[in-house]
Amino acid sequence: MRTMNILLFLCCAAILSSPPGCGRGTKSVTMAGSTAFQPFAEKLADQYMSKQSEVTITVQGGGSAVGIQSAISGAAQIGMADLVILPEEAQVLTTTVAARDGIAVVVNPANSVSALTTDQIRDIMNGKIKNWKEVGGADAPVTVVSREAGSGTRSSFEQIITDISLTEDALIQDSNGTIRETVANDANAIGYLSHGLLNEKIKALLVDGQACSNESITDGTYKLVRPIFLLVKGTPEKEVQDFIDYILSDEGQQTITANGLLSAK
Amino acid sequence: MRISARLAQRIAVTILGGATLVTLLALVYIVFFVLEKGLEVVSVDFLLSDSRDMGRAGGIFPTLIGTVVLPLLALSIATPLGICTSVFLTEYTLENRITRIVRFGTDCLAGIPSIIFGLFGFIFFVMTLGMGWSILSGGLTLAVMVLPTIIRTSEEAIKAVPRSYRDVSYSLGATRWQTVKKVVLPNALPGILTGIMLGIGRSIGETAAVIFTAGSSLRLPHSLFDSTRTMAVHFYILAREGISTENAYGTAAVLIISVLLVNLAAYWMMNRFIAKRS
Amino acid sequence: MSIIGEKGVRRILLVTAFSALSALLLIALFIINEGVPFIFRYGLRDFLFSSEWKPAEGRFGIFPMLAASVWVTLGAMAVGAPLGIAGAVFLSEFAPKSVMRIIKPAIELLAAIPSVVYGFIGVMVLAPLIRSSLGGPGLSILAGSIILGIMILPTIMSISIDSLLAVPQSFREGSLALGATTWQGVYLVIVRAAKSGIIAGVILGMGRAIGETMAVIMVAGNAVKIPDSALDSARTLTANIALEMSYATGMHRQALFATGVVLFVVIIILNSLATVVIKGKVARR
Repeated sequence: MRTMNILLFLCCAAILSSPPGCGRGTKSVTMAGSTAFQPFAEKLADQYMSKQSEVTITVQGGGSAVGIQSAISGAAQIGMADLVILPEEAQVLTTTVAARDGIAVVVNPANSVSALTTDQIRDIMNGKIKNWKEVGGADAPVTVVSREAGSGTRSSFEQIITDISLTEDALIQDSNGTIRETVANDANAIGYLSHGLLNEKIKALLVDGQACSNESITDGTYKLVRPIFLLVKGTPEKEVQDFIDYILSDEGQQTITANGLLSAK
Repeated sequence: MRISARLAQRIAVTILGGATLVTLLALVYIVFFVLEKGLEVVSVDFLLSDSRDMGRAGGIFPTLIGTVVLPLLALSIATPLGICTSVFLTEYTLENRITRIVRFGTDCLAGIPSIIFGLFGFIFFVMTLGMGWSILSGGLTLAVMVLPTIIRTSEEAIKAVPRSYRDVSYSLGATRWQTVKKVVLPNALPGILTGIMLGIGRSIGETAAVIFTAGSSLRLPHSLFDSTRTMAVHFYILAREGISTENAYGTAAVLIISVLLVNLAAYWMMNRFIAKRS
Repeated sequence: MSIIGEKGVRRILLVTAFSALSALLLIALFIINEGVPFIFRYGLRDFLFSSEWKPAEGRFGIFPMLAASVWVTLGAMAVGAPLGIAGAVFLSEFAPKSVMRIIKPAIELLAAIPSVVYGFIGVMVLAPLIRSSLGGPGLSILAGSIILGIMILPTIMSISIDSLLAVPQSFREGSLALGATTWQGVYLVIVRAAKSGIIAGVILGMGRAIGETMAVIMVAGNAVKIPDSALDSARTLTANIALEMSYATGMHRQALFATGVVLFVVIIILNSLATVVIKGKVARR
């Protein structure tokens, strides 16, 4: 029984460590970080790899903070971070803007409130405003839903609104998708997420009178916008630079805009 | 008010039976809920094609590979190590304080939350040893997670083999190793198998520890150093990111069916083995 | 085997056993090494009893998470233990043997369902139910307890059945011979005889409830707040580690390891408890 196990193990090891020559290419690029950008990175990687076969690109998630750390530690060749202001430790990295993304503040469609000012948003997030009737809605308690602390979306949101000290009553969800689900299921919930994820199950609010639309984000009238950075440590290897160039090319940018984000320009 | 003993019994049986029914219904409901929604999506195509569009379209073949390879690697490492360790502890040493401490230690490690192993694996294998997010990191982490369980269940199984078996073997002139190999281990096999099954089940269902060590790449892995995604991870990501609820259910359905099949196979093997020996 | 010989075999086994145990020791030491210095530097009392968990400001109080873990676990026990033990008693003492022989493996099979599936059902079915009928955000301690309770049910039931079946048949026969009904025999004699095994099963279930991560992250809401009621959202110790682990550095990371140490200690205490309970029974016999 034991010899069988050992044999099995050796077989698998042999199969799995197949010489790099067969199948995909030898060069491998790992991207890690922002979960907001991850689906786009995957799509771009797929498209890029269908055009050439020397480079394999793997995309991991983990959040913007992971993107920064893995770029610094070398676990990933390209880090993805969607922060407005990069933290200190990211100063050593070269940054390239790949796209821009709006952050929509969302509530349940049944909520009568359709617009909020930045100050009101800040007070709701801080727990100062606890009931919807204080901002013109129904008499119901506010359920604040937020991302976890390492999320780029959250950091950007808090950096733009400023002075946010999240109320301890806030529900924390670890992805844009679950924030969307939570808000869609709870009539009293308020949350924020990448505007590319908006759908009919949730309602985006007007912030300071501005709607979260492609136009208002592009021309700057909608304030909650953050860039998506690609982070590289030192001088990038050729295959890394090639892929970054592809992302910035017309074709890459078109894929980005076609799927809900905004181009880098 | 005095109830007759017979009436008391009838009430008790009704309540107890009711509790059993509730339990069964809850568990069966969960399985059917997932299967009902998931089986619509499952087809041969679903099982064998690559994932596209982050899992929104296409199949789950890469995750099937991941789900097979990771537990396989983990158990190929943990089983030999675990069985050797338990054999050594039971047959080759005397019961003393050290063995008791070791036993207590492995019991505790068997109960430690998997997230802690994930934390360890992430920092040690992925970062410090530089293996990155890979099958190797994931497999090693799972192996370590599963090792205490295998050691303990094997130990219990070996200890359950009656002393008389060993005595007869020794009295016939067998050496210790011959006794272990031909008498003790075969008789302990059902119990050891239970431990392995538990290990497989845990590895297949493990999510957090796997994401942090093996990553979540949807690409077909080509070597031990490639990242991979298991079905449990895939289900988690699909469901959480709201990418595709149908595919999430489909993945969950395949996952549940695989787990049930693995367990059924284990039961069947065990029963056959016991039948053959008696 | 004649090539290696007895001594050789012993040596091989020694080496493998040693490496396996060293690997396990390595992990234990790694966790302790990362977490314990932090506890000493930060102060055990502040760590355990302060309610401020604000890594960005260097405050690492895990009391809300401790409270949440305790509440959720107790809740899970309240759901899992009665149902599990009741079911076990029914299946081993009152149901026909054939029924038990089908249902027991079936329930053990269901124990193998991954926790993320349970969590998902909790999110899709249970949380909205709680929200609409009882209020609150739905993603709450109550949801967590119910889901966890269902998850540990098979464990408790299975171990309890094994303990009950291990009670000698003579106990049952003796009780009946004295004129007791089956039920009287069960609650006066059998359950008492199987008590230590059942308690061990419950403690094992408790250990699993404390250690569960994914399902809890999905349904309990993860608010960093000391819960006031079962309808409040809360974050357990394990959820805290999982949510912050990937990006924590420096002291923050050490704090998470320290949380791991706390969980380690809890498991050790629970295991010691189980050992004492079982040994107590053996000694009494």
